[in-house]
Amino acid sequence: MGRVEALLNLEDVNVHYGAIWALKGINLTVGEGEIVSLIGANGAGKSTTLRAISGVIKTSSGRISYQGEDITKTPAHDIVKKGIAQVPEGRRIFANLTVMENLELGAYIRRDAKGIKQDMEMVLDRFPRLRERISQIAGTLSGGEQQMLAIGRALMTRPKLMLLDEPSMGLAPLLVKEIFSIIQEINQDGTTILLVEQNARMALQIAHRAYVLETGRIVLEGSAQKLASHEDVKKAYLGG
Amino acid sequence: MKKYLSTLIICLVLAVFFVVVQLGINNGFITGYWVTNLYLVGINVILASSLNLINGFTGEFSLGHAGFMAVGAYSGAIITANLGLPFPLAVIVGMLAAGLTGVLVGLPTLRLRGDYLAIATLGFGEIVRVVLMNIDYVGGASGLRDIPFVVNWPIIFFSVVLSLLLIRNFICSSHGRACLSVRENDLAAEMMGINITYYKVLAFVIGAALAGLAGVLYAHYYTVLQPRDFSFMLTFDVLVMVMVGGLGSLTGSVVGAVLITVASAFLQSIPELRMVIYALLLIISAVFRPQGLLGEKEVSLKILQKLGGVFNGAVGSKQTH
Repeated sequence: MGRVEALLNLEDVNVHYGAIWALKGINLTVGEGEIVSLIGANGAGKSTTLRAISGVIKTSSGRISYQGEDITKTPAHDIVKKGIAQVPEGRRIFANLTVMENLELGAYIRRDAKGIKQDMEMVLDRFPRLRERISQIAGTLSGGEQQMLAIGRALMTRPKLMLLDEPSMGLAPLLVKEIFSIIQEINQDGTTILLVEQNARMALQIAHRAYVLETGRIVLEGSAQKLASHEDVKKAYLGG
Repeated sequence: MKKYLSTLIICLVLAVFFVVVQLGINNGFITGYWVTNLYLVGINVILASSLNLINGFTGEFSLGHAGFMAVGAYSGAIITANLGLPFPLAVIVGMLAAGLTGVLVGLPTLRLRGDYLAIATLGFGEIVRVVLMNIDYVGGASGLRDIPFVVNWPIIFFSVVLSLLLIRNFICSSHGRACLSVRENDLAAEMMGINITYYKVLAFVIGAALAGLAGVLYAHYYTVLQPRDFSFMLTFDVLVMVMVGGLGSLTGSVVGAVLITVASAFLQSIPELRMVIYALLLIISAVFRPQGLLGEKEVSLKILQKLGGVFNGAVGSKQTH
């Protein structure tokens, strides 16, 4: 693939949790239409990177820009309005509300009733399982269904950029495959994806480019194909 | 069509109830003691449903309701008793004062969660009480007297109906949904673009303002206010009503308020046992029905529809929502 216009840009981003220096000068670019993966071990700073982008945590220095606009200090609820949706780690669905209500809350920032209805159909077509369970309480869904709901809910914001945090967590291998092919479909329909995964093999399979994080620093970056065959990556993350 | 019909039925039932009670009071069928308790039920319904908005629907645990009620009661009473201005102004000022206090208390304390918020709001309630006890302008510990007796059945009735309508419409609006999502999972709510601080404070302020309204009504019925009327025990009473009725159920709050007020009227002759019985009630409901009598469900006319469906032997049109 050729040069793409940068949708999201992180320049020298640092994050501290109290005395802990979690992100140590991250530089990262996501181009329009790409799937970019962040891989790395527990505590490397993958989730922290996503949370810094979505504004849930504050950066201590550095610059995050989206479509050329500085969003470093923008509060989380305004970042969603700009077209960045996050599917949080552990899904975090609204467990006591119905599937329908969860999806409706996804469209909370929107006022275009017609568009919301269309997107609702689009989400339910993509996840037929959710259509079957539309008036069921979300907390009673299986893990895989909850993950689908979390993705569907994020789609309801009609995002340009979707941040996915560990979508494979706690899912059976077959379901992981399904979820990942759905992520690819969403990307092919025009949504840019930034994906955080421990399952490096799957992540590199669907990504165009990837970054490898180690203790708050980016240690490797490049095309997913290149990284998948890189000796260090193989050894550390692909079990080869 | 169906929606209009059920609204019409509800209006009719309310109108009949209103007229029957008014006639009962006029003709002496409802005696003084029960009139007092009837008004108290009304005031308690407002208190319970407004506390439910904060504790049940938004998922914050506030124990400051007695404080907000006191702010409303005293500022309303100042308008009528000390300044000689009309009662409607007292209602407005009482609600505004309580709502404003809600903003001031809510902004810093709603960053706290669970137990900490409970302790902070509990402290607020006690501060209000102690401050009132030390202001001579409102009578200090001996209380504020000679508040005009204004409250009658229509005022209570319409205050209750309007309060419930306000809370119901709020809950059913997208703002209410936002509050529910904050209760369910505040991080996810934030990621859906919901300004969680705003909604926590908003629900808190509406709840506080309605508690203020209850305070104004209270002041203009009893005509005497004493700081000790607004002790923690009052908040506890309201909390029991909300818990017994069901956190997150508006009709539950109504049921809880009616039940507890009537029960406490019957227990008036054995005041020393009242709190014991309250505590027992709370324990029993926590053990056997932790979600409250109604849980999060609402009583509505859909029940009649369902019953009608059964009687007609037909399956009513199933509503997915």
